Amino acid sequence: MLSLFFPEEERMTVKVSMKVNGKPVSAEVEARTLLVTFIRENLRLTGTHVGCDTAQCGACTVHMNGRAIKSCSIVAMQAESADILTIEGVAKPDGTLHPMQAAFKEHHGLQCGFCTPGIVMNALDFARSHPAPSEHEVRESLEGNLCRCTGYHNIVKSIMAGARAMGGKP
Amino acid sequence: MHAFEYHRPASTQDALSLASKKSEGRYLAGGQSLVQAMKLRLSSPTDLIDLGSLKELSGIKVSAAAVEIGAMTRHAEVAGSTEVKKAIPALAALVGMIGDRQVRHMGTLGGSLANNDPAADYPAAVLGLGATVTTNKRKIEADKYFKGLYETALEPGELITSVSFPVPKRAAYMKFRNPASRFALVGVFVADFGDKARVGVTGAGPSVFRQAEMEKALSAKFSPEAVANIKVKPDGLNNDLHASPEYRAHLITVMARRAVEAAIK
Amino acid sequence: MNAPLIGARVLRKEDYRFLTGAGQYTDDVALPNQSYAAFVRSPHAHALLRKVNIENARKAKGVIAVYTGADLANAKVGGLPCGWLITDVKGQPMKEPPYPSLAQGKVRHVGERVAVVIAETLEQARDAAELVEVDYEALPAVVNPVKASTSKPIHDIAPNNICYVWALGDKPAVDAAFAKAAHVTKLDLINNRLVPNAIEPRSANATYSRADDAYTLYVASQNPHVERLLMTAFVLGLPESKVRVVAPDVGGGFGSKIYLYPEDVVVTWAARQLARPVKWTAERTESFLSDAHGRDHVTTAELALDKDGKFLAMRVRTTANLGAYLSTFASCIPTILYATLLAGQYTTPVIHCEVTAVFTNTAPVDAYRGAGRPEATYVVERLVETAAREMKIDPVEIRRRNFIRSFPYQTPVALCYDTGNYEATLDAVMKMADVSGFASRKQQSLKNGKLRGLGYACYIEACGIAPSNVAGSLGARAGLYEAGEVRVHPTGTVTVFTGSHSHGQGHETSFAQVVADRLGLAMEQVEIVHGDTSKVLFGMGTYGSRSIAVGGTAIVKALDKIVAKGRKIAAHLLEAAESDIEYDRGTFKVAGTDRKKTFGEVACAAYVPHNYPLDKLEPGLNENAFYDPANFTFPAGSYVCEVEIDRDTGTTQVVAFTAVDDFGKIINPMIVEGQVHGGLAQGIGQSLTEGCRYDETGQLVTGSFMDYSIPRAGDVPMFKLDTRETPCTHNPLGVKGCGEAGAIGAPAAVMNAITDALGVKDVPMPATAQTVWKYLRQEKSDARV
Repeated sequence: MLSLFFPEEERMTVKVSMKVNGKPVSAEVEARTLLVTFIRENLRLTGTHVGCDTAQCGACTVHMNGRAIKSCSIVAMQAESADILTIEGVAKPDGTLHPMQAAFKEHHGLQCGFCTPGIVMNALDFARSHPAPSEHEVRESLEGNLCRCTGYHNIVKSIMAGARAMGGKP
Repeated sequence: MHAFEYHRPASTQDALSLASKKSEGRYLAGGQSLVQAMKLRLSSPTDLIDLGSLKELSGIKVSAAAVEIGAMTRHAEVAGSTEVKKAIPALAALVGMIGDRQVRHMGTLGGSLANNDPAADYPAAVLGLGATVTTNKRKIEADKYFKGLYETALEPGELITSVSFPVPKRAAYMKFRNPASRFALVGVFVADFGDKARVGVTGAGPSVFRQAEMEKALSAKFSPEAVANIKVKPDGLNNDLHASPEYRAHLITVMARRAVEAAIK
Repeated sequence: MNAPLIGARVLRKEDYRFLTGAGQYTDDVALPNQSYAAFVRSPHAHALLRKVNIENARKAKGVIAVYTGADLANAKVGGLPCGWLITDVKGQPMKEPPYPSLAQGKVRHVGERVAVVIAETLEQARDAAELVEVDYEALPAVVNPVKASTSKPIHDIAPNNICYVWALGDKPAVDAAFAKAAHVTKLDLINNRLVPNAIEPRSANATYSRADDAYTLYVASQNPHVERLLMTAFVLGLPESKVRVVAPDVGGGFGSKIYLYPEDVVVTWAARQLARPVKWTAERTESFLSDAHGRDHVTTAELALDKDGKFLAMRVRTTANLGAYLSTFASCIPTILYATLLAGQYTTPVIHCEVTAVFTNTAPVDAYRGAGRPEATYVVERLVETAAREMKIDPVEIRRRNFIRSFPYQTPVALCYDTGNYEATLDAVMKMADVSGFASRKQQSLKNGKLRGLGYACYIEACGIAPSNVAGSLGARAGLYEAGEVRVHPTGTVTVFTGSHSHGQGHETSFAQVVADRLGLAMEQVEIVHGDTSKVLFGMGTYGSRSIAVGGTAIVKALDKIVAKGRKIAAHLLEAAESDIEYDRGTFKVAGTDRKKTFGEVACAAYVPHNYPLDKLEPGLNENAFYDPANFTFPAGSYVCEVEIDRDTGTTQVVAFTAVDDFGKIINPMIVEGQVHGGLAQGIGQSLTEGCRYDETGQLVTGSFMDYSIPRAGDVPMFKLDTRETPCTHNPLGVKGCGEAGAIGAPAAVMNAITDALGVKDVPMPATAQTVWKYLRQEKSDARV
């Protein structure tokens, strides 16, 4: 039987502050709160998904200080003071899709939509350094994302087109 | 994940002193292995000492003789470093094969080495290049650092600060991936230092190891033919769903040969 | 007013919300006063439950309640029902052991639910779940299906672990044909066990309202009405009118979300006990342990041929692993959806298939994308290709010699194919795949140290199980129709309610295309609603590629009623005879005149009936329809796969995959292509990387993505696709269904290519690098190729 360690109440909670989609946010959370849990449960930004418990599926991908990371693989405190971008912050404030999002729609790069936010977030980061990626580069860039619906065919097309549309810009 | 107490020390000194007081605590580097293990409740430290804000543990210094990498340097930084690519391209390439893009943005050298996963990539380079692991206390030669399955020479509370990789004449790493986890089913790092060659093998055994027969052959002549016909003994190699010891033994030879081919290209 | 929408590549309406993070999946639903459930699961494959001590868990921080099987038994919560009764070869009903939601006295697979802890937070529930002390008395586990019948029983009701022995076909005729055969090809095949792994894990969130004594269950389900029917009628004994089931956005299903699962029952029941919403979402590890798995057949198959390669008879014996309990449709998969497909595209005159379905100490097995039909196609197409090689007949030629060419065609295994043109897809795929250039590609590969192989598969599929009365006579305990409702609003916009469910298939777009096209409206004027029992009148849900053929047709029937009523209204408005009113793309016209009323004007008149034939006609414009198909639909196609095998490592790469399918009429080619891509990837996954493994003690070895490998982007090529069209003869849209084809045809094509490359008779799936390497090693020692 596992002996459970329950620290005192005050030791269990910590204050975490960061910027999410440009807005400063902070909350008292248990230290064991994952970044993805903070995003989904505390901020109720539910576009970031959880598809596995071993960091393979990438559905939880967000940007931390401009880089794609798996928000299920760090505790929220590791993102203290960081700039976080989630899928909700990608389109323009007026709702116009980002060119990468538009490319996914145009090329049918999504079906059930569950892995999609993570794949788009990873693709956005990838495309900044790869304005005209080859098919091979795109497939390699998807090493950390799983999709069960599309067979990747149209995801690859979407990212190639989205990257070209972005032209190396964010 | 079990509950724990979180600490964010402002200096390495603070981190060390915290660690000395928390016997069941763990350093938190990138978290790409530790947080996973904690999520699955396979690891339950009482305290996490987050090294994330310790800038002094991060950075890359390249000299003619060695590449020195700070323990908290993220994989993406090493893989993308033009200096590392120039000095030891095989090292940059190896780091570029760790996990995936997202993992490489968080994962660190120190975290990987402290964990010593039997299928991790970095240990192959550390051992294959004969690197030196520097901790807050001492310098540890690669040959003395890796002790066994998830075991290292690190003492309780001891903290890796940097690793110095000697610059070889040429080197290469070949990785055969586990189709599911993408860790190394077998990864072989070969390095030619002119007078001698080193071969580090990961994924195949309980911990990274050197392949003496191949080193001897490659030291005599650094060519693919030198290793192509070496039959590795399967005794003691890992056995799992994905690869039997025999298959792993076979892959060591194939990956070694291909690594040498890549190194001399 | 509009260009035809049926057949157009219309971009998807649902994409915007998914691309902006606005999708609402079950786990995204947060209810006021939400509580969280964690299940205590058995670590044993087979064990007696001596004692379950929940005292420490109950006292743990944040815990609201802990329930065990005893609590459910006391509350008279029933076991989960099976939706299909199979009658065995002796005329006896299959063995139906109880399937409790929380274990009663015994656990029968690793991951079976023993208790549930409900707490204020998820982590508190998980913490406390560790404090539930269970005293198990371990029993030997039955893991290998072939040995099940000689092992100790898992259920008292099935002393030899056999659920049923079932057969189809004329055995004496088959035996006689084999006795005369010039050649017999025999294969021992294992159709590997798979874990579906939709990327959204299963999830259920139930709430109970004292105000109206009613329940709402949000659940990741492919068929919310079926979920409600089974749960209310068979398990909880509630009136359906008191239970609303909502399957909001669902992140993929592939079969795994068809079924009523114990977790759904437990959270619904608990929500009432606690008068609080209770949410459970599977961790991926729990998905591996407790989602229904797929396939898992052990088969001996034989094909008898005459000297010219003409098929004379087929004999198939299969052991099907059903796992520890009968999942909702488990029993019909290796029977009704398997043996009936063994004719394939060929005129094999007699076929006999015997299926022994067994219980083992593994997770339940049920439909997974294709469900029985991939297993059948694998048997047929591996046999055909192997026979061709053995008889030194070109594999294309042997297929041509045996193709069915006249329709309707009655097979010897119960089905009657209404239409098809197998030559057309085969001709097309050979051109598209440049089969004639293969020899030179093979030489090029050899120069690079790679073996290259080419394999075919010509599959047939049966979609939209029907009609209900025939299915009922075969044991179905539910109808197999679909319902649709068309609600025309006073402004002329339309909301359509369908009993089909979309969890990636894009119904909101393709169904809207059908409606907009048939009514002559713009896409923006049509809204498709699905997935909520309080909105949709009824539904049988989405599985077996039935949505457009059955659900789409139900909508078309409702649309016909709308137009019929509209003509009556227009006749009145235009002061013409009803028989003179024509409906053409949004306008009711008096034939031969320019007098007309738009659809919107007619809708307005129906709701503002000032000038209206109230004496003869009710106001309003709202129609529903149920459609029960006359037959299955029969999509078919021809696939060509090319692989390259690394001679040093055994790694197989699918370097080219070409698929030409006949899905009848196509509503949205873009969506259809996407469905085929996904199916092919899953088929390639089954062939190369995916294999669910239990060890001999019943522990799940492939319990996470660390060990179970679904394809990644680097594992699949760009696919080359095309279609040929022979419209279905018995539904008004001429559609057949496309959701499973890829997963049905791909495994045989891939394995035919691998065996071609290696020059061996058979390689088991999944053909992992290690497995192929073993054959390469033999190749070296045999000095072949």
